[in-house]
Amino acid sequence: MIDKYAIEVQGLTKKFGNFTAVDNVTFNVNEKEIFGFLGPNGAGKSTTIRVLCTLARPTAGDAKVNGYDLIKEPDRVRESIGLVSEKMIMYENLTAAENLRFFGNLYQMPKKKIEEKIDELLGLVNMSEWKNAMIKTYSTGMRQRINVIRALLTEPKVIFMDEPTLGLDPQTTLSIRDLIRDINKKGTTVILTTHAMLEAEVLSDRIAIIDHGKIVAIDTPENLKKILTKEDTTVFSVRIPNLTPSLVGKIQKLDCVAALDQHDAYDLKISARGNEGFDRIIDTIRQDGGNITMINTNEPTLEDVFLSVTGKAMRDQANEKPTTQRRHGPWRAPRARVR
Amino acid sequence: MGIIKGLQDSYRIAFKDLLEFERNRMGLLFLFLMPFFMLMMTGYIFPTGSSYSNIPVAVVDLDNSALSQQLVTQLHAMNNGSGTNMMVLRDASSVEDAKTLVKQGQIYGALIIPAGFSSDVMQGKQTNITVLSDNSIPQVSMVMQGIGSQIVSMMSAQQAAIEVQMLSVKANQTVNPAAVIAPFKPDMQGTVPGNMSYFNFIAPGLLMMIVMMGAMTGIPRAISHEKEIGTFDGILAAPVNEISIILGKTIAQTVRGFVQGIIVLIIAILVFGVTIQAASIPLAFALLFLGIFSFIGLGILLTSFANNEETAQILMMVLQFPMMFLTGVFFPIQQMPWFMQDLSKVLPLTYAITAMRKVMILNASITDVLPEVALLLVFGTIMLLIAIPVFRRSMTR
Repeated sequence: MIDKYAIEVQGLTKKFGNFTAVDNVTFNVNEKEIFGFLGPNGAGKSTTIRVLCTLARPTAGDAKVNGYDLIKEPDRVRESIGLVSEKMIMYENLTAAENLRFFGNLYQMPKKKIEEKIDELLGLVNMSEWKNAMIKTYSTGMRQRINVIRALLTEPKVIFMDEPTLGLDPQTTLSIRDLIRDINKKGTTVILTTHAMLEAEVLSDRIAIIDHGKIVAIDTPENLKKILTKEDTTVFSVRIPNLTPSLVGKIQKLDCVAALDQHDAYDLKISARGNEGFDRIIDTIRQDGGNITMINTNEPTLEDVFLSVTGKAMRDQANEKPTTQRRHGPWRAPRARVR
Repeated sequence: MGIIKGLQDSYRIAFKDLLEFERNRMGLLFLFLMPFFMLMMTGYIFPTGSSYSNIPVAVVDLDNSALSQQLVTQLHAMNNGSGTNMMVLRDASSVEDAKTLVKQGQIYGALIIPAGFSSDVMQGKQTNITVLSDNSIPQVSMVMQGIGSQIVSMMSAQQAAIEVQMLSVKANQTVNPAAVIAPFKPDMQGTVPGNMSYFNFIAPGLLMMIVMMGAMTGIPRAISHEKEIGTFDGILAAPVNEISIILGKTIAQTVRGFVQGIIVLIIAILVFGVTIQAASIPLAFALLFLGIFSFIGLGILLTSFANNEETAQILMMVLQFPMMFLTGVFFPIQQMPWFMQDLSKVLPLTYAITAMRKVMILNASITDVLPEVALLLVFGTIMLLIAIPVFRRSMTR
């Protein structure tokens, strides 16, 4: 059914000293799809992308990008990919045109072609009048747009995007997402990483959920959510103003509880399994003297899927970025409080 | 094909770096100011030449006789007569008074004619003239002692000349008093014509140091900076050879170093009056290239270890300081204690600077600096052979 893979990864492992950032990962990316890596900071998303872009050497395993072997034909791989890194790849003291020309030249593009592409791409993101302005005069949104079109300059078959909307305002985020869809429609395979559930859900054809360097689930967003409904799982939120840790512990021990996530001092989100699961949980709360003031049932979201497959809430880990993060190095996300 | 593309990439990276640098106004200003301040601050540390002028000195006459007063008058006449006023003389009533003036920082020291001066002279004894100096500051004390002994010996000679003259008249002989008193006279000559100043000493060294350190520190700084801001990934993810990257960065830093070197030369010649042997300029530039070559390997090696800009800066500081002080850029190696001299012999910059000084000031030929040239070539080659494999590995960690 699928004629060709854009990316084939076999048992890929990347270690930094004793820390395993990417742990024996195997997956394929179809041509012309948007493939999302979803996971908390430090899960191994960026490292996987860096390895596939030839920026880091894998410790073990094989990978092919556009049919080229990562180790044996790195230059071929480089020629056929585009990279939108988390940090902007643009020189502040150069203009947009100078930046794009510099990178175009490194790819041996003909001069005329470079100039044509510069005009075309700046037009695509409505920034033609900024062609000869230095990057340092750009707003954050403009910077990210120019950062994305840099990767399109060489018309790559595969484009990697590491957190393309991180730190952007909602409006810019939407425009970048539209741009990603446009790029994809024109036939480019897009591999993106994100720790925003919604982004992964609305953009990706398929999603790989990655945690502690391992892919724990990989499928379309719809199918991932079916994991929960297939198991006959009810997801609901409950508010208990007099919630105690011992009560949380009791709920946790029930075998019908697939996952539990404590939002704050009195809000719980619970995935309950089976027909009687919901009733048993409510009974347990009542018996313990828990005072329920509100119950909401939820449609399962990707967040629930993440909770269910990893056993913990992603939010707990992704909340804060470490202040002194080693470059894609062994930073460990704090464990969720409740499992 | 591979080599041509590699060179093209190097050129593009170098051009991009220089364009960025050219747009950095502050950086350009410092390119000019740094050598200026370096020359100015270091050039004035040591007094230029050996002549003193306008040193504040007090005269204390404890004898207070006709003879001592005559000596004081003679002192004033000699001081004014020498063309440049060696001293600014003032009177002090007592030794205590003179010491107070020293403490207040008003004088460098005092010349004291002791009590009993005239009677000693009358009895034909050798008499003392005390030179009091502020020995809490070695430099001031040195100047005062120098000027004191110079003026005392000048007055002795004058006195002796008069007496020799009188004796010769008595003996009815024609003599040249100066030849009797000092039969031998030192005739100071340098190997280079003209009056050498301390600026002449530091200018060649500074030139060499700035250019070589540009190679050593500029490459790691340029690369770690790009790593830090993230643009380096853009270059590494493009089909570009690591060697092209390092070569491009090196070319950019070399051009920058040369521009700065020329600024140093111009400032040294125009502002500080340094005289350079014009014929030596081609060889001097060749030496600059050699200096850069010998330091590129070290620069690349440091790049491999410097993960971020901060680490790079610290590494640079650790290496720069001993080089600045031990290689004879500012302070002559000859005046250092033996262990420091040994240490300086280990540093390649020492040889580069020595060679540069010989060429620029002494107008030495290539054969005169052959040992230094050979040493730098060997050092540079070994460093490159070590550095390139290490660098290649470090790029895709």
